[in-house]
Amino acid sequence: MEMARTVTCYESDLNLKATELRLGLPGTDEPGKQPSAGIKSNKRAFNTVALQPDSEKGDQHSCSATKAQVVGWPPVQSYRKNVFQPKKVEAETAGIYVKVSMDGAPYLRKIDIKVYKSYPDLLSALEDMFKCTIGVYSEREGYDGSEYAPTYEDKDGDWMLVGDVPWEMFISSCKRLRIMKGSEAKGLGCL
Amino acid sequence: MSGEDRCSEMSEDDEGPSPSDLTNRNRNGDSCSPFPDQVLENVLESVLCFLTSRRDRNAASLVCKSWYRAEALTRSEVFIGNCYAISPRRVTDRFRGVNSVVIKGKPRFADFSLLPPDWGAHFTPWGTAMADAYRALEKLYLKRMSITYNDLALLACSFPVFKELVLVCCDGFGTSGLAVVASQCRQLRVLDLMESDVADDEVDWISCFPENETCLQSLIFDCVDCPINFEALEQLVARSPSLRKLRLNQHISLWQLHRLMSRAPQLTHLGTGSFSPSEVVSQNDQELNYDSAFAACKSLVCLSGFREIVPDYLPAIYPVCDNLTSLNFSYANINDEQLKSVIRHCRKLQIFWVLDSICDEGLQAVAATCKDLRELRVFPIDAREDIEGPVSEIGLQAISEGCRRLQSILYFCQRMTNAAVIAMSKNCPDLVAFRLCIMGRHRPDHITGEPMDEGFGAIVKNCKKLTRLAVSGLLTDKAFGYIGEYGKLVRTLSVAFAGDSDMGLKYVLEGCPRLQKLEIRDSPFGDLALSSGLHHYYNMRFLWMSSCKVTRRGCEVIARQFPRLVVEVFNSEEQEGRETGDYIGTLYMYRSLEGPRADAPEFVHIL
Repeated sequence: MEMARTVTCYESDLNLKATELRLGLPGTDEPGKQPSAGIKSNKRAFNTVALQPDSEKGDQHSCSATKAQVVGWPPVQSYRKNVFQPKKVEAETAGIYVKVSMDGAPYLRKIDIKVYKSYPDLLSALEDMFKCTIGVYSEREGYDGSEYAPTYEDKDGDWMLVGDVPWEMFISSCKRLRIMKGSEAKGLGCL
Repeated sequence: MSGEDRCSEMSEDDEGPSPSDLTNRNRNGDSCSPFPDQVLENVLESVLCFLTSRRDRNAASLVCKSWYRAEALTRSEVFIGNCYAISPRRVTDRFRGVNSVVIKGKPRFADFSLLPPDWGAHFTPWGTAMADAYRALEKLYLKRMSITYNDLALLACSFPVFKELVLVCCDGFGTSGLAVVASQCRQLRVLDLMESDVADDEVDWISCFPENETCLQSLIFDCVDCPINFEALEQLVARSPSLRKLRLNQHISLWQLHRLMSRAPQLTHLGTGSFSPSEVVSQNDQELNYDSAFAACKSLVCLSGFREIVPDYLPAIYPVCDNLTSLNFSYANINDEQLKSVIRHCRKLQIFWVLDSICDEGLQAVAATCKDLRELRVFPIDAREDIEGPVSEIGLQAISEGCRRLQSILYFCQRMTNAAVIAMSKNCPDLVAFRLCIMGRHRPDHITGEPMDEGFGAIVKNCKKLTRLAVSGLLTDKAFGYIGEYGKLVRTLSVAFAGDSDMGLKYVLEGCPRLQKLEIRDSPFGDLALSSGLHHYYNMRFLWMSSCKVTRRGCEVIARQFPRLVVEVFNSEEQEGRETGDYIGTLYMYRSLEGPRADAPEFVHIL
């Protein structure tokens, strides 16, 4: 309560409304506008003016974020530009979604494997999603002994056991996942 | 022969006696016999051999007919600043004993997609003329030219002692062209491809080099974005004992780099390729001792590459840092900490190219160590406007304070202040090239809100050796007033989104007597400004004005008055759709002895 009173006093002292920068004609009033919102709009207007002092180009500069891209500006040669942007965009925003099927399940799921940092990470997520146990990977035995074994289809169309290759390589070659029943997977494990 | 100094009728610097004054007469006024003439010419030729600078040679050729002839016979290196300023035939007719040719084609703004494709600068007419006239050609250096496979094939079979091919910012050919050069030019010692667009014809050109020992001294192919036959490359390096410069493309992994370095410890210049382990992570990658490979290359002075750098491997280069004079990190996405670990060893560094990912802190580290720095280029990792940039006036100020011997700077940033630019003008009196690119258009000093006039003014005023200038940010006509008043040595000026009125360009054209190359885009200069440079256009290599306020009529007036100026008018793709009213899209104007070129495409109108 005290706080609110202090705020009100402060506003009336400064007469913020009179000094508020708006695009409307002087004298018009905007109904229902909160004093705090007024403060905010002051700041925004100031920023816009400061950045775009050249009034001739009004349209383009109303919001700096939407400035149109100009050909050849900034003057950086195309081979320099291409090097970074694609990588950045792909690395930061695009996910790698793959279908995941489990033997006996009525429908498939889809997951973004980019989200995971390592095999244990992925496997525990799969166990969680499908309510199953996949067990621990070993180079010799695969997932021998567990109920299910995770497999994936690679770029060449072959079905591989999850865990053999380095994580980064797996990410780039995995097309889809299949959680195989342990009995069927035995064949894959002892290659 | 240079495009700039050649035409004696056009040059305002025409000094010395005209040819008719100097016939061979003795004291009685009678003509002498031809014998003394011949002696004189022989002596002259012997003496002229010592003149290497093309400006000196151009001056010598203007003295009299006899000197002209002698000079023409003895000039071995020809420089053509604009391939359309003179015809190949005129060059080969005048200079008979040439073994080295430099030709430049498109104007620089072509690099930024401002010139429509197929505009010109074809090498073919030059190639055919030289194939006939210069059988002894050894060196060819081309910049911004279009070269075809056929051109390269002709070159490869026409010049039996051909030794050096350097292609910078060229296009029109692919790896098949490289293959024919590699296989047929048996004495090739330099094959340098820089910033060129080379098509992947899926040809294994590396395997085309001679099978026995080669004379290769320099092999630069970092811009060739095609996979390489690594085994062939390794064998090539192994049988090239003279190899000193090797710049690999990004398809070469760290492990492959290691193998190549062990074959060529005598390298002085190395482009490190991707500088990352290959996708197939094998045992080999983990085990290799990369820094011993670098330590073994005791002559390394220039490092570049790092195209896909994994910073963990950066310490491998520590052993060579002490001796480095040139370091190009402009493809390396590293932060300031990673940079610091390297740069603190690089006390002898003179040339440094880097990405702004190192931030102001990284630049401060450079300033602290690299006291002998001559050239700095800071490129933006994210070349957009209106974002938070990692480098600013802070970095520039630091560099100016630490690197007093700086001669050349190219600096991309999002914000700048006049104070920092003024500081650089005072701290770095040796500046010859100052190129500042504030990426947001019309950006003022971000602290004072003022235009950047005073900063650039200080640069032209205080840097007495300045010959190259590129301006940016919010600039009024005042800035151009300063340039006209103080920029007496400026030869190249680059302007974008600047100025208020015709007066700006007028100040420059009237004030800068040495101006050779003027490129302007998106600035409010029009016909009046254009007409204020009439006295000077024959002294310039070219004038480029795009998206300004020049009308067709304004250009026609000039074209009519000056027969030795070629006035090209065209629209780029971007300008096509725009409503410009009377204003033309692009004006590209250059002096030429040949008149309108025959190979102009349809969209180019020559007035």
